[in-house]
Amino acid sequence: MTAVISGIGQTEFSKNSGRSSLQLAAEASRAAIADAGLTPADIDGGVTFAMDTNDELAVIRCLGIPSLRFTARTRGGGGGACATVQLAAAAVLSGQARHVLIWRAFNERSRRRFGQPNPRPPDAANDWYLPFGLDTPAKVYGLTFQRYMHRYGLTNADFGLYTVAARAYAATNPNAWFYKRPITLADHQASRWIVEPLLRLLDCCQESDGGVALVVSAGGDGVQISAAAQAHLVGGDEMYSYYHDDLTTFPEVSALARELWEQSGVGPADIDVAMIYENFSPIVFLQLEGLGFCGPGEARDFIADGHIGPGGSLPVNTNGGLLGEGYIHGMNNILEAVRQLRGTSANQVRDAETVLVSAGRSGLILTT
Amino acid sequence: MPRVIPPVVDDDDRFFWDGVARGQLLIQRCSGCGVLRHPPVPMCPQCLSTEWDTAPSAGRGTVHSWVLSHHPTEPDASPRIVALIALEEGVRMVSNLTGVAPSDVVNDMPVSLVFETFEGNVTLPQFEPAP
Repeated sequence: MTAVISGIGQTEFSKNSGRSSLQLAAEASRAAIADAGLTPADIDGGVTFAMDTNDELAVIRCLGIPSLRFTARTRGGGGGACATVQLAAAAVLSGQARHVLIWRAFNERSRRRFGQPNPRPPDAANDWYLPFGLDTPAKVYGLTFQRYMHRYGLTNADFGLYTVAARAYAATNPNAWFYKRPITLADHQASRWIVEPLLRLLDCCQESDGGVALVVSAGGDGVQISAAAQAHLVGGDEMYSYYHDDLTTFPEVSALARELWEQSGVGPADIDVAMIYENFSPIVFLQLEGLGFCGPGEARDFIADGHIGPGGSLPVNTNGGLLGEGYIHGMNNILEAVRQLRGTSANQVRDAETVLVSAGRSGLILTT
Repeated sequence: MPRVIPPVVDDDDRFFWDGVARGQLLIQRCSGCGVLRHPPVPMCPQCLSTEWDTAPSAGRGTVHSWVLSHHPTEPDASPRIVALIALEEGVRMVSNLTGVAPSDVVNDMPVSLVFETFEGNVTLPQFEPAP
């Protein structure tokens, strides 16, 4: 028996949904259950992020799901996006559940913005960061990326090459925040600094309101989950590290890749589309290298040579990614992977049969 | 004098902030195997000992990486340079650079420790270009 993604659903992605995150979770879940050809009574498992504010009991009360016999939540932020699918797959493969509903929903632009220095509960683990001014993700991540930039002599314009490619996909995706709004590198360079010397506004993901849901089932019709893995390494953090030996590599992603290739029996050359989590553009460079699509320091030329864009050898983030489509904590990238395998993407890659999804420290190989 | 977020200070890092109050930069050192570790944790990942003492840093290091930290939406009069300092004792530590213009910061530049006190009587270890 295999685990499959049997249904996907979402709300619109916006800057102000005008309704509660619970309603977004319920609407996305309702759509995913219907897409799977199921009814709420078929769902017997539930998975989301530890950070998700939509309680399991509240979600099933909205949907009329009579009972759950399995629940799980994954740690941390967007690095866990693919871990939700791994947890659901583990549940259905072990018989702990038959159909697991996964949801992630928030008003991340109109309410608590991830990109702002928000008040947070006192935690001494932040004593090494907050007093020194690392109070937003852009700064936290930027401090690692700067070493990569220095090592390979890159400038911010090099990171902009990724944004231009992502925005080209977003421009032809009606579901994307930046639909019909492609940019040039000059536009990227004209956007304001967020964190000097490496991140401009257009290097940052689109804080969004919205909900995404999937159903993972034991067997039956759907996209095959050929591999699902997490990688947490000592000294690392969410999707960055200050304490690994070499900050210019992403060892979590390399560990993840080894596991994904081993589980699925495929390799980098077999991947038709790659969906790569990007809170900020430089993290795509580190992941392309860590996943083995190019060598250390080669991502800049790999992107500049057109490999990841429309018609390239490795189309990346064909929905426009989290910079172009919207930031639903990386979960919307999994939906795009499913659409590519169903042949229903707005930017369909012909004959896409094998798609890799990387969320930095969790990942998937999905196949037709 | 800019305002900074004060440290929370908990069981596992009280020694560090007590050291800062005395003008010392202390690194946690395993009593079992001598390994230095930062940020501190209550158990040595090398030998699993929970016994430790502290080693005062000589306060010399290099700038491993750095960013200029502006508030994302509010104009701030004096944005801070945040730097990841590679201390010569072999551990890395997030801190700030002081006494240097952002345009003069280069990776691997040698820096030395100073202590600065900010609004609300919060003292932080900071680094300035080495003499």
